[in-house]
Amino acid sequence: MSEPLFSVGQRVQIADRTPPVHHRVPSYAKGHVGVIERVCGMHANPELCIRGDGKPFQRIYRVRIPQTDLWAPYEGTDGDKLEIEIFEHWLELAQ
Amino acid sequence: MTGHDDHDHGRTFQPDHPEPTSDAALVGLALRELLIEGGHYTADEEQAVIAEMQGASPENGGKIVARAWTDSDYKQRLLHNGKDAIKELGFDLEPYEFTVMENTEGVHNVIVCTLCSCYPRALLGMSPAWYKSRNYRSRVVREPRGVLSEFGVNLSDDVDVRVHDSTAELRYMVLPQRPVGTDNWSEDDLAALITRDSLIGTQRDLSTK
Repeated sequence: MSEPLFSVGQRVQIADRTPPVHHRVPSYAKGHVGVIERVCGMHANPELCIRGDGKPFQRIYRVRIPQTDLWAPYEGTDGDKLEIEIFEHWLELAQ
Repeated sequence: MTGHDDHDHGRTFQPDHPEPTSDAALVGLALRELLIEGGHYTADEEQAVIAEMQGASPENGGKIVARAWTDSDYKQRLLHNGKDAIKELGFDLEPYEFTVMENTEGVHNVIVCTLCSCYPRALLGMSPAWYKSRNYRSRVVREPRGVLSEFGVNLSDDVDVRVHDSTAELRYMVLPQRPVGTDNWSEDDLAALITRDSLIGTQRDLSTK
C-alpha cells in the first residue's frame, strides 16, 4: 500500500479531462479546486476495470469544494459545501 | 366492468419499471445470461444476493444511530471509521468504506450519487425510487436547499449544507440529531424513531410523537 500523496487540509485541483472509458469523476467537478477532507483507502481503479481487476489500486480522497465555486448563481450560503470522492491520479496540488 | 376506467391512476404513485428496450439494457441482460451460462455464478447465487439486499432495511441504520446517541465512545469510532464500527453491531458492508456524517445545530448533511445510484443497500435495503431519479440526482447538488425544502426541510442561513456525492467506493449514512426530550429513552425506543429519509438527509427533525 503506497503512502498517500496528499494530506488533510491541502488544496488540490481535480483534473479536467475525459478519458474514453468509464470513470467516476462527474463533469461538474472537473477542473475545480477543493480541500482534502479525509484520506481514504486503496480501491480498484474504475478506468482499468474493463481490463480485469482495476489494478494497481488507487488511493481515494474526499475533497471538499465550496458550492459557490461550483455553481453560479448558487442559492445558498458561503458555508455550503460539496464533498466528493476522487481517485489520487485525478488530483494535483493547487496553487 | 373491466375497461380502462375501473382503476384509479391517481393512486399509482410509483410507476412500473418499463421493459428494457435500450441497447445498454439489452446488453446487460445478455451479459447476465452469458455469465450464468458460462458458470461464473448461478441464478440461485444471484437470487441470494437480491434476497439479502431486500432483507436489509433502514431499521439497521436505526440501531447504529441509537447506539451512537447513547454511547459517545461508539459515536467517535463510528464517525472515525464506520466500516469497522458497524461490525461491532454485526453489520458488514465490505468491500465498501462506510462513512457516517453527523448532523449538528449548524450542519445538515444530504447524500446523493450523481453518477448512478450508489447506496448502502446491504445495510439499509433498497433505495427509494426518487433517490435513483435523474431529477433528485441532478438537482440536489445544484440546488440542495431548494430540493430539501420540497422534502419539508427548510434550512435557515445559519445552517451549512454539506452535499455528499457518493461517486466511488464509499457508502454514506447521515447521523441525525437526537430529538430533545428523549434523555431517558431506551436504545430500542430511540432506534424506532429513525426513518430512512433521515439517514439520507432528506429529513432533518425526527418526530417523537
